Parts: sequence; structure tokens; C-alpha cells
Amino acid sequence: MSIDERIAERNPTAPDHAAADHLLVAALRAGEEAAFVAILERYQAPMVRLATLYVRERAVAEEVVQETWIGVLRGIDGFEERSSFKTWLFRILTNQAKRRGAREGRSVPFSALARAEADGSDPAVDPERFVPPGRENAGHWAAELTEWRQTPEDRFVSGETHARAKAAIAGLPPAQRAVITLRDVDGLTAEEVCQALDLTQGNQRVLLHRARSKVRGALERNGEEA
Amino acid sequence: MADADLVTTAAVDTDPDTLTCRQFVELVTDYLEGALSPDERARFETHLLGCDDCPIYLDQMRQTIRTLGALSEEGLAPAAKAELLTIFRDWNRG
Repeated sequence: MSIDERIAERNPTAPDHAAADHLLVAALRAGEEAAFVAILERYQAPMVRLATLYVRERAVAEEVVQETWIGVLRGIDGFEERSSFKTWLFRILTNQAKRRGAREGRSVPFSALARAEADGSDPAVDPERFVPPGRENAGHWAAELTEWRQTPEDRFVSGETHARAKAAIAGLPPAQRAVITLRDVDGLTAEEVCQALDLTQGNQRVLLHRARSKVRGALERNGEEA
Repeated sequence: MADADLVTTAAVDTDPDTLTCRQFVELVTDYLEGALSPDERARFETHLLGCDDCPIYLDQMRQTIRTLGALSEEGLAPAAKAELLTIFRDWNRG
């Protein structure tokens, strides 16, 4: 892949989410049940996952999500579409979940977890994998990397790989787990995650990086080298 | 590099214009997020062109992200759906 292609891949033209959002919001205002069902199916699971970051129990998280939907229906006429629908939706959810979490007296606020996890050193790759300082080629890979030869079609659709990836996510510290789930599993943008979790852009990226690096390591260990 | 001695190796290590693989792997997310400065991006891409292993590493990170994207579970439990539809119909009538 050329550098130009890589750059293009890094900044793909965003699909026209704004237009799709606008249609969805209009349909919802018009009371179209099919539009509401489509939104539910798309967002219910990620919303429950997000809510569980703030409240302890899944049943409570589901209640918070239900309260959020009620808030969405009540507020849809007043929604001015200055942000994306998804950003608006997740902001309502986060506010509801925080209120509920505060009532439950959840002890460690998410922001404190996030700061602690973004702090200090947490190398993406075990330092032992690189030539140690003072030697020729210090800092370069000590042994050649093996390409994951399987194409996405065979390796990455396999249930086994999915199970490994899920296990790797489950083993992450909570703030890293939250960020990678919202970004890479649920497909939220960096901006949406920062808003939903009250993170700075910088901390969001550090948490995402640490999380992705660990999941890559887990897939590598379980793959070629197992 | 056969004649490289410790002094030049150390110099290469700290050369502000080059990255080691160990530094490269820490920049991958910033690169994919478009968060590197133009200078940092140039150094990253220069390393990518000159290294045999780091392109593989970058590709593995991309494959990891694709794998995660395929984990997304949509949909909702029938009971939750029924409850929410009742709420929706009430709202719609009101």
C-alpha cells in the first residue's frame, strides 16, 4: 500500500451520517414505529454496555437505558441537530447513568479510573521483544514478526478468533475496556467517546492505544505462536 | 551495520530524525487517528518504508481493529423491545 493510500485510509471520507441522522430524526418525530425499532436495534446493546460503566448491575443499566429512551422521545422535538443524533443520545444516557450511579454511591468515578489507567508506562509490546539498548540495532525487533497470513474472510470471521478477542477485552482494565468497546466494537467516533465518558482527546487515545495493543498481543499469542 | 560500534548505535538511538521499532509501536494509534504532527508523521512513514517488520505490526493492528468491529452485537431482547414499543405507542398517542 502506498503512503498516499495509507493516508487516504486514515482519513476516509465519512459516510453521510448527517443526512441519515436527519431522516431518522424526522421519521421519529413523525411517529414512525419502524424508525424507532431501527434505532433501538442499533443502539440498545451499546447503550446498555455504556450504562454498565456507571451503575453496577445490568438490570439497573437496562432501566437507565429505558429512562433514556423516554427522555429521547420527550426531547426529540426540541433536538436541534447541532450534534449528531448518536452524540445527543449518548449524552442523555451518560447523564442519566451518572445520576443513577451517584445515587447508588458508586465509589470510584470513571474519570479517576481513566486518569489512573492513562498514567505511567504501559508498553504496547513487551520490551523483551526488542534489541536491548547498547547493542547494534538497539530498539529494533529482536526477532522477525510473522504476518497473520489468513485473510479477514477466514481468520477474523472465525468464532474462535472472536472468542479470543472477547476474552482479551474482558481482561482489560475498566477504562481501557470501555474505550475500546465504544470505539472499535460499537463504532463511536473519538469525539463521541470523549463526550460520553468525559475524557480528553489525549487520554482517550492513550486508553485506546493501550487497549488495542493488548488485544493485538492476545491475538498474536493465540495465533501463530501458540 | 556490521561495523557499527556502540557510539554510533547510541547516536542512531537518539537521532531525532529516526524512530526505532520500539518507538514506532507506541505511535501506531496516534497515526491511525490522524493525531501525529506533520513531522512525527513523516518520521513514522519513513520508518515504515525502511523497516521489514513494522509494516507487519501496523497491519496486525488494523486486523485487530477489524476483528473488534465484527464483534458488535446489535439487537435487543424481545421483552425489552415489547416494553419500549409500549412506551413508544403511548408517546405517539399523547
